[in-house]
Amino acid sequence: MAAGATYFPIATTTLGSNQTNITFSAISGSYTDLILISHYASQLNNYNFFIRFNSDTGNNYSSTTLAGSPSGATSAMLSNYSNVLLTQYVGAGTSLTYPGDTIAHIMNYSNTTTYKTVLARDNAVKNDGAMQTGATVGLWRNTAAITSITIGTNSGYLVSGTTATLYGIEYA
Amino acid sequence: MAITSIKTGSSFTNLIKYNDFLAGNTAYQPTAYESIATVTVGSGGSSTITFSSIPSTYQHLQIRGIARTNRSDAAYDIVKLNLNSDTGNNYSHHFVYGDGSGTSAGATTSTNTIFNYYVGTGFASANIFGTLVIDILDYANTNKYKTTRTLGGVDFNNGSFGFIVLGSGNWRNTNTITSISLAPQAGNSFNQYTQFGLFGIKGA
Repeated sequence: MAAGATYFPIATTTLGSNQTNITFSAISGSYTDLILISHYASQLNNYNFFIRFNSDTGNNYSSTTLAGSPSGATSAMLSNYSNVLLTQYVGAGTSLTYPGDTIAHIMNYSNTTTYKTVLARDNAVKNDGAMQTGATVGLWRNTAAITSITIGTNSGYLVSGTTATLYGIEYA
Repeated sequence: MAITSIKTGSSFTNLIKYNDFLAGNTAYQPTAYESIATVTVGSGGSSTITFSSIPSTYQHLQIRGIARTNRSDAAYDIVKLNLNSDTGNNYSHHFVYGDGSGTSAGATTSTNTIFNYYVGTGFASANIFGTLVIDILDYANTNKYKTTRTLGGVDFNNGSFGFIVLGSGNWRNTNTITSISLAPQAGNSFNQYTQFGLFGIKGA
């Protein structure tokens, strides 16, 4: 069996000021999967954290979510939406005192034969009732190779200090 | 040819002396995460995907991939995972999932495989594949039964259901894992473009 080192960091962004979103562009097609690790908070309490591909703002996304919060476990879905919601709680607060985190697997992002799927796990913990741990599967109905990724909130902005790192995984 | 001495002259002034030939560059550090093997299903489909002769030189294994099966009566299917060709009732598994409107959890004991939920099928809209990320922990340790954990899911944009699943499995055997087989549970073949990669994660 062949073996080769992989899981390479492609780019890291740390916001030096409040911004509405973070975009990774000109992503090379030389990997098979991408992993995006984000650590963030938003201006507004408990707003959604989304991911979008290739600057497509059309209603070409859908997602299914499993979430556990102090009130119980729930599941929700969105169809024909303008992005994939990776979590409903952006840091469960408005500062990095209680940051949220998401690890998103963007599978087979550079093939041109399948729709693209993202698998994500997220957490947001605060010392009150605004907590969530969850998982999401999202679909982008497009067979194009993903060359740019945008993450952000549906309202307000990501606060200064939010970080995101994009990794590439190459299959043997 | 080894360099045994360098003589400085008028062209070699104010040089920095380095203790090695990296000359100020950082050393390349390979990641601890290595790609071991990949299987991509061709146009004829494939009933089973097997990774064999897995080296025992890693700490953990991870399987990643996208899949679609030829199941024809539902849009979703399960991927069965068997270790070292063992098809006895030596496995157990459990799951919790969300389907877009509710949640469910369940378990199966003393069964002959580990279920990994869910992937797409030929019954679903074209181009929709499910995805799985499966971690197999301490696979070469001969003092432990082996455990797996899975993050999987498939979304159909159908407004009715999708699946996001957290799962785990156990193989009641202390042997080092040397082969892993994946197969559809309801369908009898993986469709073209299904792809799984096996990765090894090194320990210190």
